[in-house]
Amino acid sequence: MSTVIILADFQADAATKTTAELATVGARMGDVCAVVLAPVGKGAALAATVSHGPISSIAIVESDAFATNGVAASADALAQVATAKGAAAVLVASHAFGKEVAARVAIALESGIITDAVDVSAEKVATQLVFGGSTTVHSEVTHGIPVITLRPNSVEPDLSASSAATETVAVTISDSAKKSVISSSQPPVKGGRPELTEASIVVSGGRGTNGDFAAVESFADTLGAAVGASRAATDAGWYPHSHQVGQTGKTVSPQLYVACGISGAIQHRAGMQTSKTIVVVNKDPEAPLFEICDFGVVGDLFAVLPQATTAVAAAKA
Amino acid sequence: MSNLTVMKIAVCVKQVPDSWAEKKMVDSRLDREGVDAVLNDLDEYAVEEALRLAEAHGGNEEGGPHTVTVISMGPERATEAVRKALSMGANDAILITDAALAGSDALTTSAVLAKTIADGGFDLVICGTESTDARMSVVPAMISARLGWAQMTFASKVTVDPAASSVSITRVTEAGVDEISATLPAVISVVEKINEPRYPSFKGIMAAKKKTIESRDLATVGVSPTSAWSQVKDAAPRPPRSAGVIVTDGGEGGSALATFLAEKKLI
Ligand SMILES: Cc1cc2nc3c(=O)[nH]c(=O)nc-3n(C[C@H](O)[C@H](O)[C@H](O)COP(=O)(O)OP(=O)(O)OC[C@H]3O[C@@H](n4cnc5c(N)ncnc54)[C@H](O)[C@@H]3O)c2cc1C
Ligand SMILES: Nc1ncnc2c1ncn2[C@@H]1O[C@H](COP(=O)(O)O)[C@@H](O)[C@H]1O
Repeated sequence: MSTVIILADFQADAATKTTAELATVGARMGDVCAVVLAPVGKGAALAATVSHGPISSIAIVESDAFATNGVAASADALAQVATAKGAAAVLVASHAFGKEVAARVAIALESGIITDAVDVSAEKVATQLVFGGSTTVHSEVTHGIPVITLRPNSVEPDLSASSAATETVAVTISDSAKKSVISSSQPPVKGGRPELTEASIVVSGGRGTNGDFAAVESFADTLGAAVGASRAATDAGWYPHSHQVGQTGKTVSPQLYVACGISGAIQHRAGMQTSKTIVVVNKDPEAPLFEICDFGVVGDLFAVLPQATTAVAAAKA
Repeated sequence: MSNLTVMKIAVCVKQVPDSWAEKKMVDSRLDREGVDAVLNDLDEYAVEEALRLAEAHGGNEEGGPHTVTVISMGPERATEAVRKALSMGANDAILITDAALAGSDALTTSAVLAKTIADGGFDLVICGTESTDARMSVVPAMISARLGWAQMTFASKVTVDPAASSVSITRVTEAGVDEISATLPAVISVVEKINEPRYPSFKGIMAAKKKTIESRDLATVGVSPTSAWSQVKDAAPRPPRSAGVIVTDGGEGGSALATFLAEKKLI
């Protein structure tokens, strides 16, 4: 069977659900080898968190260049492992870092690349939703081995326990991959809520919150949801930029997206249009987001949300 | 490294269909003929940042030492987008147009742009983070990989020290905030939070009409035509979302919302 390389995805030193999603898709095409890029001395600890999904083996690469030289060094290592394993495909998570790593791997392997796949078949045909989710496209790589980035939260992950054998793989990071030097890194501030791109429910607030996200947050918390924001809200400093949903923020595709006090500009839609169910709360009946919602309430979010929060809490009790 | 008394800055801009326009696929390609085309709005921030970097160190117009060159790969009509960048204040432009480039993928695009940049003797390349049509966010990283230049992408702040030939950025992504530095040359991409792009002035628009847009074909660039390395097999419009239920809150809106969620088994 051929080997499919996935780049294990981590957050706060633990493998994310996205890692299991990559493995799930990868296993359709071959034996999954999860690559763990780790600082020197931390490989085993990180690999131990890669514990779910159909993973056949784990390749640990340790180098301090990953933290110091970021994308370029990570891509350099991943391409070398892919070559050493004779990989049939490389799968990476579709976020800024993952896409850039994939971009450089594609150059190194002289391979075609497909980004933002929401699914990949056993035949290595990728499904993408383009033009704001209005069109489904199937595409395939026709040169080299497919390098594909998979959008988090798009496939149902196989979360069965994995106890894959680990091995350490040595690579040489080239000088040209060390040209940009990271002097400091600050991880995003994490609250107690689920991560935006992984959450199955997202409740977002916009300019209509007028800076008061309390109602949005309490509703999110009763639903176990992540909190998102429109650019108007992040620009005003009401919510951290890392929570922005949209073209220049995050792309989310949850089971349920609740937009509160958000008008629905095209740039916001670009980041949430493929959500399975869309609910809109807005006091302006003409707000464009109503055009694509499954359920809408024309009303004041400061009245609607608290009532909905109480009702949901009661229904759950 | 040498003291950079003259900075040659390249800005990569793409012409894209207007994001408000309805887009469709024809023969597995984006139908670019049928929609209005504009300068990729995220690339306006790249043009603005290039101009600001030049201006911070003596300027690029009226005797200023630096130059800002717009580079674009696209059809003849992309001239309009290039002209807009020139009217903002860039000095000149190179537009790479060739029938063989129609339907190119990011690998070809980055090869053509990288070769043009290498031949132009630039010190700094500035891109947007994403083209609003392809939405891949890969071209800047690919240009950097091809040139072997420092990758300085997703910058919300850029500082160049021409005397030291160095550049530093603040990188902002979902993974957090990084401070990164490098020696020039470098490939930068800028996020939309970095600046407020200027509107072309009347004077700028008039001046842009006289600026040089050099047209190049693939042979002139020196890249051999290759077919795309990935291919769309089929494309189908998804069924439009059926109109949802909309209620007007008369005091029961929140409960109605909760009932909807319960019926849909979302709670
Ligand atoms: C290059 C570029 C990139 C961009 N990227 C993004 C992006 O990634 N994400 C993004 O979101 N935007 C993005 N934008 C901005 C986008 O164009 C809109 O400006 C933004 O999405 C508007 O946010 P909003 O809907 O919260 O605000 P508004 O458009 O002002 O809408 C606020 C809504 O709240 C409603 N409202 C007010 N008070 C209440 C109340 N008490 N109860 C209920 N409803 C109320 C109003 O009726 C209105 O519909 C981008 C723009 C540009 C130019
Ligand atoms: N055809 C092109 N011509 C010039 N620049 C481009 C072209 N395609 C992409 N770019 C640059 O690369 C950035 C990212 O594009 P993309 O990787 O397609 O999302 C854009 O914002 C542009 O700066």
